[in-house]
Amino acid sequence: MIAEAGLAALWFAAALAALQLALAAVGVRRSMFSGAAKTGADDVALTSQILSAVRPVAVVQGLLAGLSLLLLIIAFVRSDMSVLLVATNSHSDKPLIYKIAGAWGNHEGSMLLWVTILGLAGGAVAILEHRLQRATLIATLGAQAMIALGFYAFLLFSSNPFARLNPAPVDGNGLNPLLQDPGLAFHPPTLYIGYVGISVAFSFAVGALVTRDVGPAFARAMRPWVLGAWIFLTLGITAGSYWAYYELGWGGWWFWDPVENASLMPWLAATALLHSVTVLATRDGLRAWTVMLAVVAFSMSMIGTFLVRSGILTSVHAFAVDPKRGAFILVLLALYIGGALLLFAARVGTVRQGNTFEPVSREGALVANNLMLSVILGIVLIGTLYPIVAAGMGVQLSVGPPFFDKTAGPIALILVAIMGAGPLLRWRRDEANVVLGRMLVPVAATGITFAACAVLGRGIGILPLLGLSLAVGAGAASVAPLWKRNLRRTPLFTWGMVIAHLGIAVSLFGMASDSAFTKQTLVAARIGEPQRVGPFTVTLDHIRPVIGPNWSALEATLTVRRGDGAAFTLRPQSRFFASPPTVTSESAIATKIDGQLYTVLGQEDEQGRWQLRLWWKPFVTLIWLGGALIALGGLLSLLGRVRRERRVATREDEA
Amino acid sequence: MKAKHQRLTLALLAVAAVIGAALLALSALKDQAAFFYAPGDVKKGEMPLGRAVRLGGMVEAGSIAKLPDGVSIRFVVTDGIAKVPVAFKGIVPDLFREKSGVVAEGSFNADGSFTATNLLAKHDEKYMPPEIAGKMHETKSLEQ
Repeated sequence: MIAEAGLAALWFAAALAALQLALAAVGVRRSMFSGAAKTGADDVALTSQILSAVRPVAVVQGLLAGLSLLLLIIAFVRSDMSVLLVATNSHSDKPLIYKIAGAWGNHEGSMLLWVTILGLAGGAVAILEHRLQRATLIATLGAQAMIALGFYAFLLFSSNPFARLNPAPVDGNGLNPLLQDPGLAFHPPTLYIGYVGISVAFSFAVGALVTRDVGPAFARAMRPWVLGAWIFLTLGITAGSYWAYYELGWGGWWFWDPVENASLMPWLAATALLHSVTVLATRDGLRAWTVMLAVVAFSMSMIGTFLVRSGILTSVHAFAVDPKRGAFILVLLALYIGGALLLFAARVGTVRQGNTFEPVSREGALVANNLMLSVILGIVLIGTLYPIVAAGMGVQLSVGPPFFDKTAGPIALILVAIMGAGPLLRWRRDEANVVLGRMLVPVAATGITFAACAVLGRGIGILPLLGLSLAVGAGAASVAPLWKRNLRRTPLFTWGMVIAHLGIAVSLFGMASDSAFTKQTLVAARIGEPQRVGPFTVTLDHIRPVIGPNWSALEATLTVRRGDGAAFTLRPQSRFFASPPTVTSESAIATKIDGQLYTVLGQEDEQGRWQLRLWWKPFVTLIWLGGALIALGGLLSLLGRVRRERRVATREDEA
Repeated sequence: MKAKHQRLTLALLAVAAVIGAALLALSALKDQAAFFYAPGDVKKGEMPLGRAVRLGGMVEAGSIAKLPDGVSIRFVVTDGIAKVPVAFKGIVPDLFREKSGVVAEGSFNADGSFTATNLLAKHDEKYMPPEIAGKMHETKSLEQ
């Protein structure tokens, strides 16, 4: 019954999305055709009637999708093996958290999660957005419904999560052990909220284009969604990177895997959009530019979904390899992106020119930032799609870290330099020589670090060297806007900008330090024989079997000592899962103030020696600390903006 | 600057950025894309020396030899047409075993052997990387 109820809820939600689209289409047509000639009282009454009808539809649609997901989770928690999805992806022995998270640890479930978040976000727009023009808001909700309809169709016609299995098996196949990690509970929902938030921003852009209302009001309505989506994407990418780092046991934190790129590309586009929407909201400049970026950002989140969900990629993320599904998503992708670009091309002429600015100005720096982000985005996109296109032509190849490091790396460093300079420039126009004066300290900091590292650290590559010195300079530059300011009266969104930019510098420092200073030891270790890695001495004490809830493991006990300091213990494991039968290695990591010691246990050889892989990674933790700072900066910015908007709204109401 | 000019400049800059990115990426792809080889391709003598490539096939039965240092191994990758000896130093993936699919990342040596820097093994019983599935398929059709 639960599965049938879930399916019914999904059908109702899809029907409501269709109704929402139809209502919005009628509403927008009426207000467009009569609105231009005479803005009579009838039209205002009509649009407000339609709006008051669309709003509850959007809310209920979101709730029904949510109900459907909830019912799927209940089926997983109860281990109802008569549901095909549960039988293929779950097992009654699994801990509860993985039963719940397992609901979206598969193709159908994760698509349901996607569309649920989309529906709930649409409901939130309907409830929260009051300042936008009525017609624009109706068009926005119509665009939301259109996106949702495609995904409902995808679920209902080719990926039904509630399909039954008859006869029901005694127990399920279990969940891929690599996915049995707390990361699964948080990583996909976080990224999906990011993707979906961008689609809301895109819906606003469509709404504004349709009703010819591209201006600061639209930008202010869109900004919190862009910021919110961007915060979640940042968190999702940061968490995903750390998850891959400790779970895969390869010691790397970013592999330029197509799935990682699928989350990085929307982030790059959202970062560009975030900056240009600020120009539009505060200076009324870059109008067409901002709308175009919203289209690009949405396209990237669709491509991300396509890459991950179509089964075209092979990785932990690609749950299903089903050409029919891939084709379905590809058609959706073409319709959405093509439609968005067509709409943009048709309506860009109606977007009036905003305010202009001089090349040397805050706006100029933001344009430079946008351009660099676009270049990186283009490189990542080409590098990610190239193997797929080549495979289509019968050539098998892969594009890996060497390509991305050599191309995106240098551009990213230029981008960080621009990021340092941007906030020190004035809006509208600035004097180049005055700006150089303001940048004296950061430039000096960069130069000194560069010289020091070049002299002291021999053999460091040029990219890590530039990375370290630019990180120090950009860090100094990012806090410079607070210089000589009354910190208590500094607006929250300025704090947000400072902290987010500082986060970029901190993260860059971690990345550069990891690639410049990491020490690695790979040995077959005898029991009791000390091994050295960096400043540490690691001794293998013994290997013992241990038993977990649904796995058994061999666990090494390593005693670690740094110089003459106190000894501590690390316990890397080699785990065996019975369902499905799989071996995974669980790394053990010690976090110190200046970096991490990373240990992996390998196999035993004939002489009773055990393979050990040890890494000492100075300041590697800064990578994720920086990511957290970036997200925190985004959050402060969001709070600051919302607070100011509210204050302005109250003032307008009083006036 | 006049409004119209600024708009034009911005549009041109955007176009230039996109074209620049494409040119940069495509020129780098020429040097950096790692092509996929099956042992059968190597026999034809078309392997590039010292370039990052991928070698895919099956680990030949009884070919895995552990070296005295305890962390290096040698094994033979085969696709039924030809064999390539591979050397690897590191911890092998959990699913790496004989008569099982493997993709080795690394480069060819002048003597026709392969030095791997990373090994990717097939994920579980049901799963085979499409690179391998595709290559095996191709090889089979060649045999017929």
